[in-house]
Amino acid sequence: MPKWVDILLIPLINLALALFVSGLVVAYIGENPFEAVAILVKGAVGSPYGWGYTLYYTTNFIFTGLAVAVAFHARLFNIGGEGQAGLGGLGVALVLLALPWPHWSIALLAAMVGAMAFGAFWAAIPAYLLAKRGSHIVITTIMFNFIASALLVYLLVNVIKVPGSMSPETARFGVSLPNANDVLPWVGFPRSTPLNVTFVVALLACVAVWVLIWRTRLGYEIRAYGHSEPAALYAGISPVRIIMVTMLISGGLSGLMAINAVMGEAERLVLDPVQGAGFVGIAVALMGRSHPVGVFLAALLFGMLYQGGAELEFERPAITREMIVVIQALVILFTGALDNMVRSPVERFFVNLNKRAA
Amino acid sequence: MDLLGVLQILDSTVRMATPLLLACLAGLFSERAGIFDIGLEGKMLMAAFFAAAFAAFTGNVWIGLLAAIAASLALSLLHGLASITFRGNQLISGVAINFLAAGVTVVIGQAWFDLGGRTPALEGAGRFQEVTLPFADALAPVPVFGPIYAELISGHSPLVYVALLFVPLSWWVLFRTRFGLRLRAVGENPAAVDTAGVSVVALRFYAVGICGVLCGIAGAYLATGLAAGFVKDMSAGRGFIALAALIFAKWRPWYALYACLLFGFLEAIGNRFQSIELLGIAVPSQFMQALPYILTVVILAGFVGKAIPPRAGGEPYVKER
Amino acid sequence: MSDVQTLQQGRSDGAALAIELRGISKSFGPVQANKDISIQVAKGTIHGIIGENGAGKSTLMSILYGFYKADAGEIFVGGQKTAIPDSQAAIAAGIGMVFQHFKLVENFTVLENVILGAEEGGLLKPSLGKARKLLGQLAKDYEMDVDPDAVIEDLSVGLHQRVEILKALYRQADILILDEPTGVLTPSEADHLFRILKGLRDQGKTIILITHKLREIMDITDTVSVMRRGEMTATVKTRDTSPEQLAELMVGRKVLLRVDKVPATPGKTVLEVENLRVRDAQGVERLKGVSLDIRAGEVLGIAGVAGNGQSELLEVLGGYATGDGVVRLNGQAIDLSGRYSDGRSRRASGIAHVPEDRQREGLIMDYHAWENTGFGYHHDPAYSSGIFMNNRALKQDTIDKMERFDVRPPNPNLQAKSFSGGNQQKIVVAREIERNPDLLLIGQPTRGVDIGAIEFIHKQIVALRDAGKAVLLVSVELDEIMALSDRIAVMFDGQIMGERLPSETNETELGLLMAGVQQGAA
Repeated sequence: MPKWVDILLIPLINLALALFVSGLVVAYIGENPFEAVAILVKGAVGSPYGWGYTLYYTTNFIFTGLAVAVAFHARLFNIGGEGQAGLGGLGVALVLLALPWPHWSIALLAAMVGAMAFGAFWAAIPAYLLAKRGSHIVITTIMFNFIASALLVYLLVNVIKVPGSMSPETARFGVSLPNANDVLPWVGFPRSTPLNVTFVVALLACVAVWVLIWRTRLGYEIRAYGHSEPAALYAGISPVRIIMVTMLISGGLSGLMAINAVMGEAERLVLDPVQGAGFVGIAVALMGRSHPVGVFLAALLFGMLYQGGAELEFERPAITREMIVVIQALVILFTGALDNMVRSPVERFFVNLNKRAA
Repeated sequence: MDLLGVLQILDSTVRMATPLLLACLAGLFSERAGIFDIGLEGKMLMAAFFAAAFAAFTGNVWIGLLAAIAASLALSLLHGLASITFRGNQLISGVAINFLAAGVTVVIGQAWFDLGGRTPALEGAGRFQEVTLPFADALAPVPVFGPIYAELISGHSPLVYVALLFVPLSWWVLFRTRFGLRLRAVGENPAAVDTAGVSVVALRFYAVGICGVLCGIAGAYLATGLAAGFVKDMSAGRGFIALAALIFAKWRPWYALYACLLFGFLEAIGNRFQSIELLGIAVPSQFMQALPYILTVVILAGFVGKAIPPRAGGEPYVKER
Repeated sequence: MSDVQTLQQGRSDGAALAIELRGISKSFGPVQANKDISIQVAKGTIHGIIGENGAGKSTLMSILYGFYKADAGEIFVGGQKTAIPDSQAAIAAGIGMVFQHFKLVENFTVLENVILGAEEGGLLKPSLGKARKLLGQLAKDYEMDVDPDAVIEDLSVGLHQRVEILKALYRQADILILDEPTGVLTPSEADHLFRILKGLRDQGKTIILITHKLREIMDITDTVSVMRRGEMTATVKTRDTSPEQLAELMVGRKVLLRVDKVPATPGKTVLEVENLRVRDAQGVERLKGVSLDIRAGEVLGIAGVAGNGQSELLEVLGGYATGDGVVRLNGQAIDLSGRYSDGRSRRASGIAHVPEDRQREGLIMDYHAWENTGFGYHHDPAYSSGIFMNNRALKQDTIDKMERFDVRPPNPNLQAKSFSGGNQQKIVVAREIERNPDLLLIGQPTRGVDIGAIEFIHKQIVALRDAGKAVLLVSVELDEIMALSDRIAVMFDGQIMGERLPSETNETELGLLMAGVQQGAA
């Protein structure tokens, strides 16, 4: 089977199926799916305003998507992006509230360290339990999402909210990141769009992950472990080390998502800063076949869905925001769980084609 | 705390444990057959919505129950299609099902009722009524036993008793029948079942089907027994707590009952008290909510006994070459 | 061909046929495992099917048992054309099969395994009772004693096989297929199995025995079919043939059974092992105080039935199992359970390792050939610098190695899984031998490897020895051990039963040692 079939054709067929079924749902609730798509696309990329939001969401999903993708290479299913990103938000808030930062660039670097450290820490416990005690990482990371959410609620309600305030959120940070409007004034992003320099950080993260997986010795070891644990042991690659390092990187990437949402957009820590982006990362990584380029494209697609979906709900109230969750579910279903449904017939088709050609 | 206070908490424990127990037994059948199911949450949620919707349409809670079972079963078959027929990743399929339910219930709910994803409040025959067991009123004045019988044992929705009955029933089916022997075998070594001339695919679909039915009852209880209608995300992580209970119970029916009662008890306490004093330390309610998850992690870590899942769990069956 | 004709003529007047296959073909993707195979098996006989690994024997029998579906061909059972779409149909037709890898539920009892799929009615109790009675009867008839309430995981491999045979008999199989049944047995257990099989034949059952061991064919079968590369090359009466003739039919040309080599000139001691003990994950002791040494320029062969501690010995020496005891390489103690007990440290100290299972351990099957060339040596400055891999150097080195070791096709960009077994093994052997190690650990060097590659690999091992290196060879093939070793140590139950010189021993003596029988009993 040619390579382009694997990395392009099959994901596109899967995506088309997911969108087709989504269209059926839209039609069932009495709306015209083609109109809905038109509104969605126009809302997402029809204006600098739309682009601003789309790319803001894209930034979130790149981080969480890369986090899942890196873990996938070691055959680890890190379903805990939601909790790790939430803890990342806590790290960002603690760092930014600790000192009066003189300049956004220094604050950004410091906040990134905080975000990665806290996200990595939250991934480290399930990783350690897998590496040393054999605990199933899917179950532990799910449990850690719930524990993280309870922890954040407790801290925001009882410990780090502004004294005297009723709302469970921290004080505003003293620094803000340059907005798209500041950096690229000639494009005409409205000031209200949350797109900020974190987008550039996300693109750099894509490149860094590509280098890590396909050019470094660590990446070589991570992939080897993912393909075969007995072989890794034979080669002197320590499973404990690979599990720990991979999950630390994965958790760190999840944590970085908070730079965009907490530091870039909200500029304070609020309840549930992640808003499901950790879970979207699963869909993004699956669709992107765990490759940074694929993750970027899939993140862009989901960014469009999130922004376009909001516009769609505004124009067609019958189509609620949860429609995006349905599409997300269908994408995970078709590109992840039902992949063989498309793959087997396509593979057979190309085998027969080769036979005839030979 | 007086006897009545204790009884009220225990009574609440039973109510809270019921959906957990049904979902836990659902997961037990599926995972014993080698199909991991992290989609219990989604199936319960979907079932809850359909139970409330059809009970609201017809005013008959039993039709709601049937609709709930049908909806949950449909998701189960989807899970079977993905993980048995197409040999996909069972965990990913479960994740997809959870999102599908979270989205579809609100999208369809909005289209049907236009109440922001809620269903209308159910009343009368649209809900499961409490069953008063014989002599409950007559025995109530008897000291100690009377209140226990009247408050704790009597006066629950019929689905509570159904859930409790499913514990011995599940045990009997799994360990005393041909079907149970084959089901456990297919979760341990599907090749043994295949070469013995029994269809692995059919067995696993039966197991996944049973899981669907039980999740359906669990969801129906949420929306028509515990509450009076559907609200968005009303399963509220119970599917995951059930999963936790299943691990806690080491995939055994009677242990499942104890684990679910424990987690139900924690929920009952958390609902009743904002924070409790333990040994002079105020334990915040968030900690109580997180406790089932923390306990499960501790169990998974093997610090307190080891939980060994069925050997063929999570792996699609492919005939080896 | 004349043999086949006389045989078929002889049959048509005489015994009825239990099984006839006509024109069976089966492909797995691009690999054709069976090509237009026809075979007849007479009732009440033991029929052998012999062929090299990968010749298609197991596939053919799995088709007969309904485990795979044939692409083309017909099956006749007792003269009746029978469709066998699944194992259920095979069982109904009176066919039972004991697979090479047993199909038992580990945490079930013997009884539960026996009735699984053949229960009487919906409740277990009556079936269990009936099975218990039948098992007692069978134990008496065929010396097949086994505790019906024992849990499978507590039983030995030999008993597992017995349970598999009992399963087939419980289903009233008239035709019993056994796939490589002696691979996991000691010679005496194998003899016992053969007695059972002969008893079954005398009762009128038909036995089909798949094996690649000529001795078994000669000892027990009445007729034998030979397979080569998916085709049936001949069917002959066993008493009319010879091992030499069968071997030639199997491989298509005369086989060199001996390896040409000059006598060893052992030098200083390279490896010393003293009182080595290893426990597995369940805490069971798998090595019970093993001591041995190997000198430079010497091959020490470890003979033994699979599962007697050889794998653990390789694993602990290779650095990926921990153990207690003393191991010295060139006089330096090796870390057996601490920080430096890993494959990387072992390689750095001069130990190379060709593992027993190349597909599970030696190679990453999804990696390209060039990525596999550096596998285990990826810290070597030639392959990586700083934190980065030097992919270009790896590719060039792979191209060179492929030429020197005649790997086909010589394409470094193919994934390991797209090479044949022999070429995969050459990739591993090239990687390990070209490190010029002081000690080479090599396990089952020619398992699943074609004859041409076997000769090549054997020559490489001898060449390394002649270059003054120490070699620890583990193999379950006694022929291979006899041909390559300068000294032979026999392992049984985690212990070394004794050491012999190849010139002063024979297969009978080694076989007894492999069964745990000390000298004197011979």
